[in-house]
Amino acid sequence: MSPGLIYALAGALLFVLGATGVIVLANLLRKILAFNLLGSGAFLVLVGLAQRDGGTDPLPQAMVLTGIVVAVAATALALALLRRLHRLTGQTRLPDEKEHG
Amino acid sequence: MSAFARFATVLLAALFATTLVAAMFNLGAPTVDLPGAVAAQLTHSGVAHPVAAVLLNFRGYDTLLEVAVLLLALLGILGVSHDDGVTTPTPPGEPVLQALARMAVPFMILTAGYLLWVGAHRPGGAFQAGVVLAAAVVLLNLARVLPAWTRPGLLLRLGWVSGFLIFLAVAAALISQGHLLQYPPAWAGALILLIEVGLTISIGLIMSGLFLLLTERQTSP
Repeated sequence: MSPGLIYALAGALLFVLGATGVIVLANLLRKILAFNLLGSGAFLVLVGLAQRDGGTDPLPQAMVLTGIVVAVAATALALALLRRLHRLTGQTRLPDEKEHG
Repeated sequence: MSAFARFATVLLAALFATTLVAAMFNLGAPTVDLPGAVAAQLTHSGVAHPVAAVLLNFRGYDTLLEVAVLLLALLGILGVSHDDGVTTPTPPGEPVLQALARMAVPFMILTAGYLLWVGAHRPGGAFQAGVVLAAAVVLLNLARVLPAWTRPGLLLRLGWVSGFLIFLAVAAALISQGHLLQYPPAWAGALILLIEVGLTISIGLIMSGLFLLLTERQTSP
């Protein structure tokens, strides 16, 4: 098992962990964190799978570099929206979410 | 979400994870040799580093749209973070921290310039350089040397859009080449450097904005 494949497998697990968090958690800050975990998992899969045979591939690396920047921007926007929601309603969860989490 | 729905979701996720892992163990060899294709065209790209060549030449439109997404996120933040007059009383900055920040920032700007220049043939480039610039701005804000950006002026707004506009202008000027962002090989290096300089400044300012537009307004000490 090559190191690239180990990275990809860890990425797949992180992706599933993040996806589950986005669905299950009610608190929006936790949802945003879970979403970032999901994204990092996808990046690990992209880079890891591309170099599972040893050699590196510049194409997925460039895509992941683009993806990281977009993920940072999306996270900042999500945090700004969350803070606005908190300032307007005092809540950190969506109105239709019940207790839990 | 009920306890049963949560349990079902976690169970489905575990099943999904198992499927993914099994699929990765059974992957065949790739059918197209993309690293080979990039290496074959590298001499025509204007830069010597394969990742930089992919980012700014072979798939330049990805980078163009990426800057557009950054700008969109910034516009969204500008829209929801209007100045509501809420300020938090903060203690004045620590003198040691302020002095350290003032000493560190010139070196961070130097590092950003190095990363920008070295991006053509080694790991580095506009994004790394821009993020180092943004880190310098954030450091100044945390040390209370630089206040939060409450009302962005014209110069700052121009800085935010300049990278995207330069990139767009180059793309529009080259549209007669047939494909989007197909540089003439003789000019590729110079055009990529021009785009990267614009991107570095813009990305640095946009990333700083993501923090300095959202940070708490401070009352002046």
